[in-house]
Amino acid sequence: MFKSGLADIARSLAAGEFSSEEITTAYLARIKEKDKELNSYITLCEEHALAQAKAADNNRAKGETHLLAGVPLAHKDIFCTSGVKTSCGSRMLDNFIAPYNATVVENFNQAGVVTLGKTNMDEFAMGSSNETSYYGAVHNPWDKELVPGGSSGGSAAAVAAHLSPAATATDTGGSIRQPAAFCGLTGLKPTYGRVSRWGMIAFASSLDQAGTLTRSAEDAALMLNVMAGHDPKDSTSIDIATEDYTANLNKPLEGLKIGIPIQHFTEGLNAEVEQNIRNALSEFEKLGATLKEISLPNSHLSVSAYYVIAPAEASANLSRYDGVRYGYRCEDPKDLEDFYKRTRSEGFGTEVKRRIMVGTYALSAGYYDAYYIKAQKIRRLIKNDFDAAFADVDVIMGPTSPHTAFKIGSQSDDPVTMYLEDIYTIAVNLAGIPGISIPAGLVNKLPVGLQIIGKNFSESHLLNIAHQFQQATDWHTQTPEI
Amino acid sequence: MSISADDIAYIAHLARLQISEAEKEEAAISFKNILGLIDQMQSADTDQLEPLSHAIETSQPLREDLVTEKNQRDDLQMIAPKCEQGLYLVPKVIE
Repeated sequence: MFKSGLADIARSLAAGEFSSEEITTAYLARIKEKDKELNSYITLCEEHALAQAKAADNNRAKGETHLLAGVPLAHKDIFCTSGVKTSCGSRMLDNFIAPYNATVVENFNQAGVVTLGKTNMDEFAMGSSNETSYYGAVHNPWDKELVPGGSSGGSAAAVAAHLSPAATATDTGGSIRQPAAFCGLTGLKPTYGRVSRWGMIAFASSLDQAGTLTRSAEDAALMLNVMAGHDPKDSTSIDIATEDYTANLNKPLEGLKIGIPIQHFTEGLNAEVEQNIRNALSEFEKLGATLKEISLPNSHLSVSAYYVIAPAEASANLSRYDGVRYGYRCEDPKDLEDFYKRTRSEGFGTEVKRRIMVGTYALSAGYYDAYYIKAQKIRRLIKNDFDAAFADVDVIMGPTSPHTAFKIGSQSDDPVTMYLEDIYTIAVNLAGIPGISIPAGLVNKLPVGLQIIGKNFSESHLLNIAHQFQQATDWHTQTPEI
Repeated sequence: MSISADDIAYIAHLARLQISEAEKEEAAISFKNILGLIDQMQSADTDQLEPLSHAIETSQPLREDLVTEKNQRDDLQMIAPKCEQGLYLVPKVIE
C-alpha cells in the first residue's frame, strides 16, 4: 500500500479496494512510527485528516467525487492552513494559526484531498539542506546522516519514506528540484505565476513558485491539475488558461530536440553524477530525441545576482514581522525600538537574519544601483540566454545538483558554499521558466537528479518528457529501506 | 569589498535586528564572503540592458473598486500577542 503514488491510490479508492479513512489511518500510523528518525513533519493533522477522509468516503458513496478525492497528501509548512499551525519553519511563527487557507490548500480541499500534516522546511525557505529549520534538521531516508536537500526537505523526505504519497512544495532558487534530486523524487517547479502564491508565506516574491514533490511525473500532472490556474487574489498570477496536464503524458518523444548546456558539465560536477546524467541522455536518444550542445554564457552569474535579488525582496517581505499583530513577541521590552529589535532577533534564526541584512545592505542608499539594479540587469542577461537557447532546442537538460546528498553539518561553516548548491537551478527562477527534476540513477546507493528545463508554460511538455523517461526506466521506482 | 563591525551594526539597526559583539564579528566575515560572491556580477557588461524586475513582464491587473473582504476582525485578533477591546496593545511609545 505504501509503495503507491497518487494515481495508484486514486485508482484503488475508485475500485473500492480500500476507503480513504483506511488509507489515511494507515499513513498516520506509519508517520507516528517512522518520523521520529526523519523529522519530516512539523505538525500532524490527525483529527482534521480523518474528518476529511470520512467526508471524502461519504461523497464517493453518493457518487460526487473528484479523481483525487480521499487521497492523502502533505503540505509544506509555508502554505497557510485555516485552524492548523503554519510555522514556515520559524520560531517567529511557532504560534501562528492562519485564519484562512492558501489558494493551493483550498484547491486541494475542494477536490476532497486529505491533509495528513505540514512538512518541515528551512526557515522561511532559506536554505538548501533543511538545516535552518527552528524544528531541527530533516534526515534523508536514503541515509539518515545526510541532508534531504532544501528548502522543501520535509516534503521530500516524507514522500521518499512513504510517509505521504506526495506533497506540495515551493521553489525560489531550487527548493523543489534539489530535494527531489537528493531524495529520488520527481519535483516540478512550474512557470512563475502558474500557481497562486496567495496564502503562501513570501520569501522572494518575484521568484517564489509553488509546485510538487511526487513519486512520478503522472502524479505531478494530477497535482498540477488541482493547483494551477489564475487567482484574482494574487496579482502576479497569470491569466492564461490551464490544460489537463495528464493529456500529453503518452505522446512519443520522436523528434524532440534537447539542448545540453556546456556550463552545466564543468569541473564542479561529480564524475559519477555526470556519467548517470550522460546515460539518461542516451536513453532519451533511444526514445527518438536528438542532443545538441548549447551555451548559457551568463549562467555563472546567476548565483551572484540571485543573492542580491532574493535577500532584497526577503528583507522587504520580512519587515512585516514586528511582533504587533501576530507571531512571536519578546518579553518585557524597554521601549519600542527594543521591542522590534528583540522580537526580530529572537524570532528569526541566523540564516534568515543574515539574508535580511544582505538585502537591507543591497537596497540601502549608495548601494542600490551597484547591487540591486546591476542584479536586475544580470537577470535580463540570463533570461536572454534562455530565449536564445530555446530558438534552437525544445528543452534543456543537465544535472539538478553537482553531487548527491551531503552530510548533515558538513556545509554549515561558510554560507557561500551552501549558496553554490543551487548553481544549476537558480537561473531557472530568475528567468521564471519551468523546470523538473527526475530520478536518473544512483551513485553509491544515493539518487541522482536530471533537470529538464522548458519554455514558459510548457509544463505539459515537461511532464510528457519525464513520463516517457519513466516508462522506459525504473529509477523513479527505487526506494530507500525504511 | 570589506565591511567593518560598525557597518554591520548599522545595517542591523536599519533592519531592526539586535546583534551581539560576537555575532558582529561572525557577520562581518560571512558578509565579506557573500559580497565576494555578489561582486562577480561586476565582471559583466550590462550598460545597454534594461533591468528585469519580473520574469513575466505583464502590467499589474486592475479590478473594480468594490469591497471584497469580509470583516474578520475577531479571527485576526485571536492570533495577536496582546489585544484588548479590539485594539492591539504595544509598549508605551509616547511619554
